[in-house]
Amino acid sequence: MRLKLKLPNPGLDDRIPSHGDLEKMEKDEAGDRPQWDNKAQYLLTCVGFCVGLGNVWRFPYLCQSHGGGAFMIPFLILLVLEGIPLLHLEFAIGQRLRKGSVGVWRSINPYLAGVGIASMLVSFLVGVYYNTIMAWIMWYLFNSFQDPLPWSQCPLNANRTGYVEECARSTTVDYFWYRETLNTSTAIDESGGLQWWMVLALIAAWTVLYVCCIRGIETTGKAVYITSTLPYLVLTIFLVRGLTLKGSTEGIKYLFTPDVNELMNPSTWLDAGAQVFYSFSLAFGGLISFSSYNSVHNNCELDAVLISIINGCTSVYSATVIYSIIGFRATQKYDECFGDNILKLMNTFNYPENNITQSNYDEILTHLNHTSPDVIQGLSLQNCDMQTFLSQGVEGTGLAFIVFTEAIIEMPISPLWSVLFFVMLFCLGLSTMFGSIEGVIAPLLELKLLPRSWPKEVISGLTCFISLALGLIFALRSGNYWLALFDNFAGSIPLLVIGFFEMISVVYIYGMDRFNKDLEFMIGHKPNIFWQATWRVISPLIMIFILIFYFVTQVTKELTYLVWDQEAESFPTLAERYYPQWVYAMIFILAGVPSLAIPIFALYKLIQRKFCKKDYSDSTVDTISAKIQMSDKMKF
Amino acid sequence: MLGRIVFFLCLPSVLAAQLCKPNAAEGFKVRLSIKTALGDNAYEWNRNQRFLFQAAIAFAMSHHLDLEFNVSNILVCDETPRVSFWFVVTSPDDPSRLVGKESVELAVRASRSRINNILLLNDATLEFIGVLPTLAAPVKPATPSWLIVFGVVIGIIGAGIVFLLVSTVVQKKRKENEVAEEEDDDEEAQMKRMAGNEGICNTSFSECDRNTQM
Repeated sequence: MRLKLKLPNPGLDDRIPSHGDLEKMEKDEAGDRPQWDNKAQYLLTCVGFCVGLGNVWRFPYLCQSHGGGAFMIPFLILLVLEGIPLLHLEFAIGQRLRKGSVGVWRSINPYLAGVGIASMLVSFLVGVYYNTIMAWIMWYLFNSFQDPLPWSQCPLNANRTGYVEECARSTTVDYFWYRETLNTSTAIDESGGLQWWMVLALIAAWTVLYVCCIRGIETTGKAVYITSTLPYLVLTIFLVRGLTLKGSTEGIKYLFTPDVNELMNPSTWLDAGAQVFYSFSLAFGGLISFSSYNSVHNNCELDAVLISIINGCTSVYSATVIYSIIGFRATQKYDECFGDNILKLMNTFNYPENNITQSNYDEILTHLNHTSPDVIQGLSLQNCDMQTFLSQGVEGTGLAFIVFTEAIIEMPISPLWSVLFFVMLFCLGLSTMFGSIEGVIAPLLELKLLPRSWPKEVISGLTCFISLALGLIFALRSGNYWLALFDNFAGSIPLLVIGFFEMISVVYIYGMDRFNKDLEFMIGHKPNIFWQATWRVISPLIMIFILIFYFVTQVTKELTYLVWDQEAESFPTLAERYYPQWVYAMIFILAGVPSLAIPIFALYKLIQRKFCKKDYSDSTVDTISAKIQMSDKMKF
Repeated sequence: MLGRIVFFLCLPSVLAAQLCKPNAAEGFKVRLSIKTALGDNAYEWNRNQRFLFQAAIAFAMSHHLDLEFNVSNILVCDETPRVSFWFVVTSPDDPSRLVGKESVELAVRASRSRINNILLLNDATLEFIGVLPTLAAPVKPATPSWLIVFGVVIGIIGAGIVFLLVSTVVQKKRKENEVAEEEDDDEEAQMKRMAGNEGICNTSFSECDRNTQM
């Protein structure tokens, strides 16, 4: 039984190029639309866009916290049921309609242009804060060219008798990150001033991005040969290095040990779904743009499957690498902790050196507990637990700038590993930024907001400059808190909303039948039952579930954030604070404005149509020749 | 008589035993971690090594106070298998009087690295309990190294941007010249060029299909 659900959509044929037009465009290579030099460029660009920092620092954390190896099951299932169909959809619609995000949705129905505008806004907001993370990465990269690394030592206090208090109470890496890099304040309202070194790093990040995007895909297409392949090389080097370090297998075991009970937990499935969705960089509009530069008969079905598999495998691969290094660090900390305890015992009870080792520690401790329990109490021996060290703060910026940097200073030839690591992160982030910038510039050009005469270079320069200006907010002392705000709200709910509308628009407004015929024209065969089922029913349902879940959790939970506060009791652990009232307005702007752009624009278009009675678009020329259809379907 | 001689002979050692005791007011506890510092090359702590330690402290005291201290002025007691002990410093003029704690601390701090080197140890493995170590400040070059790297990167990027922009302008100028050349051509030359093609298909009249549909 065929689902004949389709909303009326008059005038669709006039807005989109027909199959004949597409064939002609293919032969003439007409139009000033840019094109890929070869298929490899296109694939590398898409892989680069999809594979980003999230694969390195979000997926491993999710994997480890949701039952290790068992997390693969929901991840793979949702990859197949949600990721691949959505990816194929975006590729196909871009390739078919040959426009950027605004153009595509406007062609399908003028009321839907809001979806494209929402994509553009989200791409812009995400681009602004994502490039700040790039600036941080560049800062660490610049600081890696020295031995010893600056985050391996605490600075001395004023009278040179000890280390700075903040550093002594926390760790050297914490101090370097929170004080010397961010110079963070204690609350989001205390903005402090602009930190000049951060401003320089931001300028560096945006100029690098500008030079790569200066002529659109002409330049990014060349840049991706390096930015998309180098991370894999570095990951492999780190894997080899990691496996030769002591304790790496502990980390890998911890990562992959399955806990099947986690599969019963709904939040595992929802986190897996969200991770698949965000990891594919869907709903940014960048993928639609990139596909529109393809030739019409490019096999987008194969591309979608291929890129999904690469993305999934990269996530698993980088999780292995990251956790081998984390295992090493945890073992180091464990040995250190044990060493401290043993030293305390040796010093107090005057045992000769090397008499107490990790193996006989327990029996000696019990013996001493019998003989002199009060002394043992007074010593305050720490409880050294490997599991605690393995599960410490290992996601997001905390992973890269605190945990991993701590592991690096324990490795021999630290500057080399530091440079490699941050170059890898930089490449991962840069290739994602290419997609973001494309998701901003292509709609801008289509909305005709800028004069046609302006060359591409000026437009990309202007975009980068305005983003840099807005990004200066992250160079304030409270910048880190602003970034967390942007990350939580600008890059989460709006994307889910846009993704959902994309599916509905293509399946029910553009029409599944028409879409099937398009695919048959483009790749030679009609999409099979898998695609039909997922596009029509399964993927939209999954999207709705995830959207509702996210919305409910965000609305019901208290809005708090974590601060680095020396005065706090829990120092050096981050303290929790409530957001001030005006932040709610900011949250509404970040999450609400892009999402609401969809209905607001539809409303605007409706009002425009109603009040401007002259309908230019509906006029048809009433002549005889217009009625004769010169197509090969008519049989004479 | 003999008894008195014996008494006076034993007095210094008895006095020494009384002067040096654990938790002495003017004494310091020292802790060595030789195996941690030297691993396989660790030396055995014995009388000779102790002598070396005493000599080092005597050197430090002499250097600081500008008096002549002897090894016998440094009294060591309460040795443990951990290799920790207490020591006190007696004044060279009067062996029954101890040198003040502050002077000893200052002397040790002043020559700390020298003492460490003599015993092949460092601040962490040769601990004087109560004496704060003078930490070596991390080396800070005049220009932070990150600024240098930043300058290099920005320089390369700037050069890249200038190059790309200039090449765009040059390409545009070249295109304008070509178009101008084309326009200057005679109609004849244009016709000749066109004659090579099969003509331009006018899309408003037909579907531009070369073969007639059957």
